[in-house]
Amino acid sequence: MRVALMVTCINDALFPDVGKAVVTLLRRLGVEVDFPEAQTCCGQPMVNTGYLDEAVPPLRSFVKAFDGYDAIVTPSGSCAGSARHQHGIVARRSGDPELVAAVERTGPRTYELSEFLVDVLHVTDVGAYFPHRVTYHPTCHSLRMLGVGDKPTQLLDAVRGLELVDLPRAEECCGFGGTFAVKNADTSVAMVSDKARHVRETGAEVLVAGDNSCLMNIGGALTRQRAGVRVMHLAEVLASTEES
Amino acid sequence: MTGTFVGMPKFPVAAREALADTQLRRNLAHATATIRDKRARVVAEVENWEELRLAGAAIKDAALASLDEHLVRLEERLTAAGATVRWARDAEEACAIVAEVAQAHGIDEVVKVKSMVTQEIGLNEALEAQGIAAWETDLAELIVQLGDDLPSHILVPAIHRNRAEIREIFRRRMDGAEDLTDEPAVLAGAARAHLRAKFLSARMAVSGANFAVAETGTLVVVESEGNGRMCLTLPEVLVSVVGIEKVVPTWEDLDVFLRLLPRSSTGERMNPYTSTWTGVTPGDGPQEVVVVLLDNGRTRALADQVGRQALRCIRCSACLNSCPVYERVGGHAYGSVYPGPIGAILNPLLKGVGVDEQVDSLPYASSLCGACFEVCPVRIDIPSVLVDLRSQVVDAHRGGIPSRESVAMKGAAATFSSGKRLGLAERAARLGTGVAARFGASAWTGARDLPRAPRESFRAWWRRTDGGRS
Amino acid sequence: MSARDEILARIRTATAGVSAPNSAIPAGSSPEDVVGLFAERVADYRATVVRCTPRTLRARLTAALPEGRVVVPDGLSVRLPDAVVDDGLSPAELDACAAVVTDATVGIAETGTIVLDHGPGQGRRAITLVPDVHVCIVRADQVVADVPDAMPRLDPAKPLTWISGPSATSDIELDRVEGVHGPRTLIVLLVG
Repeated sequence: MRVALMVTCINDALFPDVGKAVVTLLRRLGVEVDFPEAQTCCGQPMVNTGYLDEAVPPLRSFVKAFDGYDAIVTPSGSCAGSARHQHGIVARRSGDPELVAAVERTGPRTYELSEFLVDVLHVTDVGAYFPHRVTYHPTCHSLRMLGVGDKPTQLLDAVRGLELVDLPRAEECCGFGGTFAVKNADTSVAMVSDKARHVRETGAEVLVAGDNSCLMNIGGALTRQRAGVRVMHLAEVLASTEES
Repeated sequence: MTGTFVGMPKFPVAAREALADTQLRRNLAHATATIRDKRARVVAEVENWEELRLAGAAIKDAALASLDEHLVRLEERLTAAGATVRWARDAEEACAIVAEVAQAHGIDEVVKVKSMVTQEIGLNEALEAQGIAAWETDLAELIVQLGDDLPSHILVPAIHRNRAEIREIFRRRMDGAEDLTDEPAVLAGAARAHLRAKFLSARMAVSGANFAVAETGTLVVVESEGNGRMCLTLPEVLVSVVGIEKVVPTWEDLDVFLRLLPRSSTGERMNPYTSTWTGVTPGDGPQEVVVVLLDNGRTRALADQVGRQALRCIRCSACLNSCPVYERVGGHAYGSVYPGPIGAILNPLLKGVGVDEQVDSLPYASSLCGACFEVCPVRIDIPSVLVDLRSQVVDAHRGGIPSRESVAMKGAAATFSSGKRLGLAERAARLGTGVAARFGASAWTGARDLPRAPRESFRAWWRRTDGGRS
Repeated sequence: MSARDEILARIRTATAGVSAPNSAIPAGSSPEDVVGLFAERVADYRATVVRCTPRTLRARLTAALPEGRVVVPDGLSVRLPDAVVDDGLSPAELDACAAVVTDATVGIAETGTIVLDHGPGQGRRAITLVPDVHVCIVRADQVVADVPDAMPRLDPAKPLTWISGPSATSDIELDRVEGVHGPRTLIVLLVG
């Protein structure tokens, strides 16, 4: 099986450690991933702001990078959702039948990390060790666009030393929403403030999620509030072992 | 109603004002949490809920696909049952028909059943201009009307008011209400006493309809208080204004919606009262029945390939109650009688985009979290329609003076056109700050810290270390 | 062009090439004890449910009635000699009645609903609306499991009133309170 890592533009530029964690984790599980350097961005920031024409160039680089792989793994529910549910819209708009055909191949082969581990590799215990009190925020696109269900918490439950505590109103959006956080900044801040408050209520040391865009939002509010709660991507927790 | 939504500011501006109102935030958080829990409990009781949602969506889609045939059949059956059917292209025509019926009978006062469509067309104001008083009889509508306020929710237009505020409105505007307590039962009793005489003497009522059954000519009103039954039963004349999308093809189809609507709406297994009537029944109820079939933008929405699914809406308000944006800003910020997620798509679909910047701001009034789609009893994929409408808004402004946003998006598109270009841009921007600028750093850092930029990008690391192998 | 023709033409343009999906009506629930569930679900709405037999019906009915004038429709299944039979009473006259007694057409167990089709024994719509107490006689063989079972028993050509508990509102803070414009008391006599 040829597996490619779609690291996402945000992780590439801001959170390279998450990409490294995915590589480490998959390597530990016997899966060697490629990083096709043609990749840039899935195009979701453009699509969700209404700029469909502007999403065509990143989509072309996506297809150039990933078409031909058996599995495209990404540490982002949101970007996986974009590949599976939005690329068709952009490709049809471009009027290029080859692009349409290509995204029909890449879309179904794109997996969010927890889906790839549980559904493709059939593993829930990835041999991780993380002796901390953790709470988990199921990000909206993982939950409702992809329907990952309890796969991430199955993985967390199997991590040795990890104590998982429930997050109140866990399924409510953190208020990020891409350019929503800018266009409707006041509403977004009201939402993230409530999310950060719920995180603090759990008494957890670490907030875990499968999307760094959401974690950047909630984490930014938590550090501003000096909450003393760290945020970590699911991949980083799953990559941790006794040695690390 | 003395309030009006005309001239409302764009959503973000209106939302900022609403967010500053802490009482409003508390009222909304309490009310929406209550109704969400109730809904979840009664929906969980129904084993084949997902199957019902699919059926609801399919029936509505089938009705819309042959809407012309169903409307003609509805008209035929209604006429055969003694009703008069009138057609209205827009709000003005519909209001004129209602006023004309009242004037033909020398009536200067009508009682009203809660109806979204009559609010949409501004019927009360139009009647008032003709010297006809319209009395809202639903409790929440009465609170809004007596408070010179605007509705902020589809099901509970006064959801933004708490019991103490309602008591104050009643004390100010009702006779003999000085000693009211703020117990909901006492306040409901006051509304009963206030409207009793009106009901018993009213000569004409105006209603909407939740459903119109094409094959039988039957109209349906779903309600709780009995004010609907009063209006549909006691007066001599009944005018029902019905949006053309309210049609369901057959009597059996109605079954599905009577199972979906109450549980989604008030969180009950069934609402207290549902009335169905087919034209005129000799010796029982109004002997003159007029049905106004209204377009007012619905055919525009119907022509929208992605957006037409919004016409499935049965006005349950589950999407409002589950929306994290609605819960925080309330309904007024949407600037329309249709607030919340459904309003954010319905208003642009009915009115068209690229004309009014308030309307154009609505598709962006969502974080696209998808909670609305999850609870919608007729499976309207609101997030997908929002995204499509955003592209329509952007397209409507292409070719004009480019906005800062469109310049940024074009720049991003160029950067993202190849991995090499992105790698160069990442280095040039010293990482992070470029991304932050694209997201609009100042709006972000008002309440959140930005992550510290890493020393090198993932791309650079991969290349330098051969994917960590060296 | 008339408004009618213009709207129909716009619809035809908008729906050209759109095909209608097929749909089947999903089954309703099938509880074991249909009548028992009906009694429980009606009572959930804070209605009073009195179970009785044909023999005890009259006594239970008399005991359930409040003081004051009682109105009944023509053709009621139980004879109530002291009651006024509706012959087109005015709204004000109905308002002066303390209670109304009627039969029903269908009872729906799953939702705790009674449906009236306003035929003989049920009367025109106003008589079950204006008096403050509605006493409704439902026979066990009229109770069906769920909404889909009720639909074929109902004639849409007649006006129908579906009643699920006493009049209520949730308009103040989404808190349900009983008693607004319709009858504030609903008493169901469940026979058999």
